[in-house]
Amino acid sequence: MAALAQRFGRGPQGSRVNPQNERPILEARGLTRRFGGLVAVNDFSFSVRAGAIHGLIGPNGAGKTTTFNVISGFYAPTAGQVFFRGLDISGRKTSALAAMGLVRTFQGSTLFQEFSVLDNVRVGRHLGARAGFFRRLLGADRRSEEKADAQAQETLAFFGLEDLADEPVSNLPHGHQRMLGLAVALAAEPEVLLLDEPFTGMNPEETGRMMTLVQGIRDRGVTVMLVEHDMRAVMNLCDVITVMNFGALLVEGPPEVVRNDPAVIEAYLGSATADGAGDAA
Amino acid sequence: MPEPTGATPGPGTGRRIRRIAWQLRVVFLFAALAVLPYLLSYSQQEIAVLLVINVLLVSSYRLLTLTGEWSLGHVVIMGVGAYASALLTKRLGVPVPLSMLLGASMAAATAAILSFPLFRMKGFYFLIGSFAAGEIIRLIWKRFTDPFGGPKGLKRIDPFPDIDTGFLSIDFYEPVNYYFLALIVVSASLFVLYRIERSRIGLTFHAIHWQDRLAESVGVDTFRYRTLAFVIASFFAGIAGGLYAHYVGAVNPTRFSVDQMVYVLVWAIVGGTATFYGPILGVVVLTVINEIVLRALGLDTARPLIYGAILILSVLYLPNGLESLGPRLRTRWQRWRSGSAAGRREAA
Repeated sequence: MAALAQRFGRGPQGSRVNPQNERPILEARGLTRRFGGLVAVNDFSFSVRAGAIHGLIGPNGAGKTTTFNVISGFYAPTAGQVFFRGLDISGRKTSALAAMGLVRTFQGSTLFQEFSVLDNVRVGRHLGARAGFFRRLLGADRRSEEKADAQAQETLAFFGLEDLADEPVSNLPHGHQRMLGLAVALAAEPEVLLLDEPFTGMNPEETGRMMTLVQGIRDRGVTVMLVEHDMRAVMNLCDVITVMNFGALLVEGPPEVVRNDPAVIEAYLGSATADGAGDAA
Repeated sequence: MPEPTGATPGPGTGRRIRRIAWQLRVVFLFAALAVLPYLLSYSQQEIAVLLVINVLLVSSYRLLTLTGEWSLGHVVIMGVGAYASALLTKRLGVPVPLSMLLGASMAAATAAILSFPLFRMKGFYFLIGSFAAGEIIRLIWKRFTDPFGGPKGLKRIDPFPDIDTGFLSIDFYEPVNYYFLALIVVSASLFVLYRIERSRIGLTFHAIHWQDRLAESVGVDTFRYRTLAFVIASFFAGIAGGLYAHYVGAVNPTRFSVDQMVYVLVWAIVGGTATFYGPILGVVVLTVINEIVLRALGLDTARPLIYGAILILSVLYLPNGLESLGPRLRTRWQRWRSGSAAGRREAA
């Protein structure tokens, strides 16, 4: 009962993000995920406003990736719920969530390495190119397939990859592979895109280009939530940042607030230094 | 694939020429297959029938491997098709061609049911799980003598009915005639399997093989697609089973044991599974070596030994299978040709 009260108590606190009190597009309430004795995510709540770029940060091992895996359906939550457009989606299959418009990307260059660039994006069009088994067998799906190909080309053009369409992915430099990962996800026409460390391993120039692309994706009406370690990118890109530590919510707010929060500094620099930081503040 | 052709009078023409060349190749292949049985002895004709059936068995197996899962139950699934078709004709009097289709559907249905436990596993665990599932089915055949005939299996299965239309009469007891029947059924089945692979369904199977998490994240229901591959593969294995049962006239549990499965694996591995024709190449080459060359040499007892040696050598020296031999030779020949052309230029 106490837990329940606490959970309800969290609600309005979460909604301080959007004072207009519109319904958040993605929301977690009291999310918990245990692995045996380890509590990776512990009673964690947040909400993402539609049209925002929402950052999820925290020191290593804070539970960010686990949170992503629970939201995107790879793990079922041990307790708590995830809401997407007001619907409880906790424990639903990843593919079902993608069909609803919640699509994630992966760390590193997780791609169909053996495929051409275009075929990667064609797989991304899976949901948009539906046809029955016998239509496919008889080749009666040609029109929908041609449309899917055209849309895949369009997506590649958005990322400036159209000239590489027929290249095998394994020939692409790292930065291009990361963009292709984004292109595959975008081809699935998400409403909310979860980006798992989109800037890791990129040089400053590539990071800059990626930031422009993420903003471009948002401008197309896609809500973006991202986990990232590159603080400069996160601070410059995000409208709202949620900070996690030890699996739980630490602070949530706009970048300028989060940047100067003593609890955040403590989490990142350790308590000994944080005492000093606290004194200084 | 952008292949350099000598003179390129527009891309459309090149494509048409390539298409005609491809069609010609198919025509020649079928002509050769039509002449083939008349060049063989009676017992070799019988082997040819089984070879055609095995082509379908190993090709259907390849469709399952597209999703990255290797099963050890495929021959048992073929057996489900064989037993079902045999029992339908024996017990219920279903006419033979229809019983084959129903038997294949039974094999597909069995796969659909087995998907639920089996596709909770992947890789090695799936392999072992599929083996266990197959053994359970075989134990059912052995234990329940009433419909399945126990360890002795079913005998005197109705043959494929003769066709007799006054001026044309075909007796399918003759291996030559059954060879043509099997050839038609198997060609049609291979065409369907090929169409599936070339469609988006095939693309999705490959995608699941290489990155199932990524496929799932863009909306591919990987469980459904794995099941689909398993069901289609099992349907055509069932067709192969039906063709077998009504040709040989008898089925028993031993015929569908894991020993036979090992042969399928060897065909697929020696042939290679990256291309559609790889496993077909594997089964044809190995059958010819095993049944014709080694038999002719009179090495009856040493045959399994030599067969094993061939497997080891091919894995060592042709790790990508027989299918990689053609492209490899072609690049070598092109290099040799361009090398000699350069030599000629130097001489001039």
